[in-house]
Amino acid sequence: MTDATYIEDEKPTSVWGDIWRQFRAHKGGVAGLVVFLIILFTVYVGPFIHTIDPNKIDIRAKNQGPSLAHPFGTDNLGHDMLAQVMAGGQISLAVGITAMLLALFLGTLVGVTSGYFRRLDGPLMRVTDLFLALPLLPVLLVVILLFRDSLRSTFGPETGIFILIVFVIGITSWMHTARIVRGDVLAVKNQEFILAAKSAGIREFRIILRHLLPNVMSSIMVSATLGIASAIITESALSFLGLGFPSDFPTWGRLLYDGANFLQITPARVFWPGLAISLTVLSINYIGDAVRDALDPRMLKR
Amino acid sequence: MKKGKLLLAASAALMAAAATPAFAERGTDGDLKIIFWQAPTTMNPYLSGGTKEVYAASVVLEPLARYDENGDLTPYLAAEIPTVENGGVAEDLTSMTWKLKDGLKWSDGSPVTAADAVFTWKYCTAPDGGCAQGAYYEGVTNVEALDDQTIKISFDKPKPYPYSAFVGAQSPIIQAKQFADCMGAKAPECTDANFNPIGTGPFKVAEFKPGDVISYVANENYRDPAKPAFASITLKGGGDAASAARSVLETGEFDYAWNTQVEPEVLASMMSSGKGKLETAFGNLVERLDLNPYAVDSSLGDKRSTKEAGPHPSLSDPAVKKALSMAIDREVLVGAGYGEAGQPTCNIVPAPAIYASPNNQDCLKQDIEGANKLLDEAGWKMGSDGIREKDGVKLSYLYQTSTNSVRQATQALIKDWWSQIGVAAELRNVSANVFFGGDPASPDTFQKFYADVQEYANQFDGADPEKYLAGWMCDKIPNPSNGWQGENIVRYCNPEYDALIQELGKTAELEKRAEIAIKANDMLTDDFAQIPIIYRGSLSASSTSLEGVKINAWDSELWNVADWSRKK
Repeated sequence: MTDATYIEDEKPTSVWGDIWRQFRAHKGGVAGLVVFLIILFTVYVGPFIHTIDPNKIDIRAKNQGPSLAHPFGTDNLGHDMLAQVMAGGQISLAVGITAMLLALFLGTLVGVTSGYFRRLDGPLMRVTDLFLALPLLPVLLVVILLFRDSLRSTFGPETGIFILIVFVIGITSWMHTARIVRGDVLAVKNQEFILAAKSAGIREFRIILRHLLPNVMSSIMVSATLGIASAIITESALSFLGLGFPSDFPTWGRLLYDGANFLQITPARVFWPGLAISLTVLSINYIGDAVRDALDPRMLKR
Repeated sequence: MKKGKLLLAASAALMAAAATPAFAERGTDGDLKIIFWQAPTTMNPYLSGGTKEVYAASVVLEPLARYDENGDLTPYLAAEIPTVENGGVAEDLTSMTWKLKDGLKWSDGSPVTAADAVFTWKYCTAPDGGCAQGAYYEGVTNVEALDDQTIKISFDKPKPYPYSAFVGAQSPIIQAKQFADCMGAKAPECTDANFNPIGTGPFKVAEFKPGDVISYVANENYRDPAKPAFASITLKGGGDAASAARSVLETGEFDYAWNTQVEPEVLASMMSSGKGKLETAFGNLVERLDLNPYAVDSSLGDKRSTKEAGPHPSLSDPAVKKALSMAIDREVLVGAGYGEAGQPTCNIVPAPAIYASPNNQDCLKQDIEGANKLLDEAGWKMGSDGIREKDGVKLSYLYQTSTNSVRQATQALIKDWWSQIGVAAELRNVSANVFFGGDPASPDTFQKFYADVQEYANQFDGADPEKYLAGWMCDKIPNPSNGWQGENIVRYCNPEYDALIQELGKTAELEKRAEIAIKANDMLTDDFAQIPIIYRGSLSASSTSLEGVKINAWDSELWNVADWSRKK
C-alpha cells in the first residue's frame, strides 16, 4: 500500500510532462488549443471588459454596423451583438461540455462493461444498436414536449431547459463512444499485464480503473472532443427549430438562426456566431487529434 | 404619324379585348405556385379554425356570398344578395331566403341543390361535432329547402344583420352526399372527405398531403367556362415567413406568398430585386395578448387552464392586467416589426369605422411610471430580485407565441418593458404549425393555452362584428369536453357581456348596433380580457407577373383566384 502510493506520487509528473511534450509536437493541436483558450477567455472574461447587458434593448440603435460602442454591430432590436455572442458562447460551451461529459460517462460505462464482462456484451450492444437506430430529432422533440413542464417547475425555466437539453443530447450521443471503447477493451483485456494483475488477485473493479482505462483513454479523449462539437451543433439545431432555450436566451445557434433573415442588412449578425461555432468545433477537433497522439502509450518514447 | 398612332390604338384595343374574359380560356396559364409557410392540415374549414385551412379550402369550397376587397357582399353561389328591399329578408327580420344560381354543379358533375345547404347547417350544428365555425350558425333555428334552388334560413329572433350562415370563407357549403356519414363525432374520421372535399370553386383537389403540398387542378364543371385562367395550383406549405417572402419577392420561385410578416427592413431589401410586390389590406386583424384568467400551474395536470383549475393567482387582479397593458409602447412595436402593415390600437374591433370604439386612446401612450404606481397601490411589493410579489405570489409569467421573428422581437420588447414594472416574463415560442394546429393531443396549441400570457392575431370576416364578439361568450371557452374547440381562447366569462351580445342580436338599427358593439368592445378592453396591441394589415407578397390579385382582408385572400392570370 505505502509502496504503491510512493511510486505513484513520483511517476505522474514525468508522465504528464511526456504527454505535454508529445502534445506540443502536434502543431495543429497547439493551434487548436490556443484558439480554444482565446474563445474561452473571450466568452467568460470578455463580459467584464465589454459590460453591455446582452439583453439590453436600445431600439434607436438598431441594425448598426460595427462601431466602437458596438464592435459587432447591433441587431434589429438594438441588442449589442458582441455581448450576445459572448453570452451565447457561455451557454453553448456549457451545454457542449456538460453534454459531452454525460455522453462520455455513459459511453465509457457501457463500453467497458460490455467489453470486459462477456455475458453483458450481447445485451448492452443490442441496447446500443437500439439507440443508434433511433431517429435523433423526433426523439428530441418528443422528450422535450414530455418533460419540459415538469422540469421547468422543479428547476425553474433556465436550469430546467439546460438540464433537459444537456440530458437529451447526452443520452442520444453516447453510442459511438461505447462502441469504440468496447473494441479497445476487447483488445486490451487479453494482454499479459491484465492477466498478471488478475493473477495477483486484484479485484476486477481496480483492474478496470488502474489497468484498463488508462489504455483506452486515447480513444475516449477523441470521442470527447468530437462530442463537444456535435453537442454544440445539436443545440444549434434545436434552437433553430425553436425548441431549445427561450428566445431571449442567446446561444450561438439561436443567434445564427435569428440573424439569417438579416444576412443582407447586417451580415455581422450571422458572421460572428457562425465563426465562433466553426472555430470552436475545429479547434476542439485538432486538440482531440493531438491528445490522442499524446496519450497513445505506444507513442510515449521513454 | 397619325396613321401609326391610330394603328397603335387599334392594336391596343384589340389586345384589351383579348384580355377580357370572353376571349380568355380555361387553363391556359399553366401552374400557379402559392406558398403558405404554415401548411394546411385539412381542407375542411369546419374542422379547423385556422386561417391557413380556411384559405386553402376557399379555393374549392364556396359560400353563398363572399365579401369583396372593400368588405361588401358579393353573391357567389347565390343569384343575388337577399335584402329586405328585394324581399329576400323577411320584414320581421326572422328569416331570409337565398336563391341559388342556375345550373350550379359540384366538381363531380352532380347538381348543387338547397339540400346541400341544409346538410351543411346540420353538419356544423351536430352534437359532439366540435364544429370550429359554430358561431356562424348562432341563432339559426332552421334551414330548409323550399325547392331545389331556394334556401330558407329561420332565426330564433330578429336578425338585423343576417349574413352569417353560408357567408364568407368560414362557412362554405359542403356536399351532402360526400359528408353524409361524417356527422357529429365521426367528422374528423372522414379523412377522404376532409382532405378532398368536392366543391363548386374554380379548382378541385388533385392531391392533398397534410402539412405539405396541395395540388389543385381546374374544375371542369366550374360555372364560368372561361375561368380559371390557371390550369393548376400548387400550394406548398412549410418554411417560415421570411423564406416565403423571399421566394416571391427575391427569387421569383413562387407567385404568391401568404402572410409574409417579416421585419420591414428585411422586406425592403428583398423587394429591391423587383420580382414581386407587397399587398396590404387593413381588415380588422388585431395582434393581441391573452391573459389567462385560470391557473395554469403544470401540477394541476389536465385541469390547468380550465375553469376547474380555479382563478389565476395574479392575473385575476385587474390592477395587474391594466399595468401590463400600460407598460407596452405600441408605437415602438409597430416600428420594430410591422412598418407599413401595422398601427397601434387599443381596440379589439378596430374596423369598420362605425364599430371602432373612440373611447380607448389611453393605452396608445406608454406609462411605465403609472403602471408602477398602480401595482404599488394594489399591494404588489417589489422584491429584492426586481420582481413584484404579494402573499408569496410573484408576478412572473410564461409568455408564449408562435415562432416568427417579428413575434419574438415583440416578445423581447414587451419583456423588457414588463421588467421595468417588476414583472418577469419567461418567453416561449412554439412552431406555428403546432401552435395554430388545433391538435387536441398537443399541449402547445393556443386553444389549450397552457401559459399565463400568449400572443397571436385574430380577425373576423365581413363587416359585422356580431358573431366575432359572440366569441367571448362563456359557452365558447375551449375545454376538454368540447375537444378544445371554441373561439373564446382567452376564456373570458362575464354574464353581463353575454347579455350584451344577446341584446346585440336583437337590435336592428345600425346606429344602435354600433353603440352596443362599441360597448362590448370597451367591456372587453376595460376588463383587460385581452390586451390589443397592433391593428395589422394582412401582408402578402405577389409576383409582378400575376394579374387580378385583389388582396382581401374581409374574406379569404384567395377569394377571387378564379380571376387570377399570368401577365402576358
